[in-house]
Amino acid sequence: MTRINVEEKLFQNRYKVDAGRPHIQIKDGDVCRSQCKTQQCTVCCPAGCYTAEGNGAVTLITDGCLECGTCRVICTEHRNVEWEYPRGGFGILFKFG
Amino acid sequence: MREKFDAIVVGAGPAGNAAAYTMASAGMSVLQIERGETPGSKNVQGAILYADALERIIPDFRDEAPLERYLIEQRFWMLSDDAYVGSTYRSEAFNRPPYNRYTIVRAQFDKWFSKKVQEAGGLVICETTVRELMFDGDRVAGVRTDREGGAIYADLVVLADGVNSTLAVKAGFHPELKPKDVALAVKETLFLAPEVIEQRFNLKGEEGVAIEMGGNITQGMVGTGFLYTNRETLTIGVGCLLSDFAQQKIPPYVLLEQMKTHPAIRPLLEGTELKEYVAHLIPEGGYNAIPKLYGNGWMIVGDSAGLVNSVHREGSNLAMTSGRLAGETVIELRAAGKALNTANLALYKRKMDESFVMKDLKKYRRLPDVLHKNPQFFTAYPELLNGAMHQIVSVDGTDKKSKEREVRRSFGQRRGLFGLMGDAFKLWRAFE
Repeated sequence: MTRINVEEKLFQNRYKVDAGRPHIQIKDGDVCRSQCKTQQCTVCCPAGCYTAEGNGAVTLITDGCLECGTCRVICTEHRNVEWEYPRGGFGILFKFG
Repeated sequence: MREKFDAIVVGAGPAGNAAAYTMASAGMSVLQIERGETPGSKNVQGAILYADALERIIPDFRDEAPLERYLIEQRFWMLSDDAYVGSTYRSEAFNRPPYNRYTIVRAQFDKWFSKKVQEAGGLVICETTVRELMFDGDRVAGVRTDREGGAIYADLVVLADGVNSTLAVKAGFHPELKPKDVALAVKETLFLAPEVIEQRFNLKGEEGVAIEMGGNITQGMVGTGFLYTNRETLTIGVGCLLSDFAQQKIPPYVLLEQMKTHPAIRPLLEGTELKEYVAHLIPEGGYNAIPKLYGNGWMIVGDSAGLVNSVHREGSNLAMTSGRLAGETVIELRAAGKALNTANLALYKRKMDESFVMKDLKKYRRLPDVLHKNPQFFTAYPELLNGAMHQIVSVDGTDKKSKEREVRRSFGQRRGLFGLMGDAFKLWRAFE
């Protein structure tokens, strides 16, 4: 099967990125690396914002975030996601919604 | 100077707009705060509008609201890997005004609804995120926003900030959502010329079709898919319990992309062009997951309160109705000179209990648990039904009695006699 590239889908969306002020942060990278075995955020995030690096670390880039809240809810065991809505006016701007 | 309003509404979706419109129309000073660039720019839905709930708020909405197509046909499909069994209900009764259900584009619809709030005298400020509620003792006294000097006061705050309702969670009104109580849905909006949509779906003018789907498209997860016709776009989406996504380890966009290749779906999407890709959480915990709906100086409405009837794919109508009832509660209490405290705001809960909102949610209170524990309804049965249809429809020289025996055998083998009886009982209990 051909590889599905979420970036191609996100490319159609409109964003106003709050540069340098991500609205979601991983609280402690060590928790992802050493304590979290499932790293569900890297599978469940519908925008593919979370990447499982080969070395066990998880990296987060929020630019394509759809603000659904999945990562906030899925990280139940470790509560390692600091999740706020973007500043007013920033983030995803749905044309259709 | 300390700014103070009769009410602050956080969020400009269907619930918040219904509440703000109802209160502003009664002459209250209402401030509505929306984090998006415009109302609707953060909001996601399938989206089907149920006319009745809006009609009770704005009776002549059909004259001016941006509506896509009115639905004259509803299809239900159960899909196996390469087939589907379906039923279709199409009626001329749905082809006579006033129409009952419409497809809508939320970015446009919510903007219109917000304009009505403003026409009714409500003050709407956008591009402003509410960070937390402010308390005076145990009474909610206002909100703090991300604007400079962002404290704003009111006699009442209506929480309509959506499924994530971080405000309610921070204030302790609402426990954190659990992965088994929310569905994650992803959706694409696809452009297709109106005349092609009409030919492809057997429609004329502004007629529309909704297709709801279950079965192998969710790859063993509890969930459903849909395909709706807008005026010049199609929306296709799929949603499954978040706990199932985590367990099955399927990225949601992969699930959607694979669903789009199903032989029953792919031809309907031919020649379309992707315009937008969205994701949204849907509260699916049902009746047992509904938090307390009111307290001293506050009420909670819509998705923020988990008001979704997942069986019937209804949410926006529950949202609008809860918003309206919250507004009407305040109007009544103010007219009687009563304080907006916990004891008096209990009237909102009583109104909700008397409405279809709580009655329907209560009726299906067992269902989320049953579906969660019995994925066979989404896996084994669609396959068995498709297999049975194949036996019945195909003519291959086998006598009919043998075919019937084969169908019975397939059901018995897959679920067992007691399994079949148990499944029937579980469903009956869940829907009774």
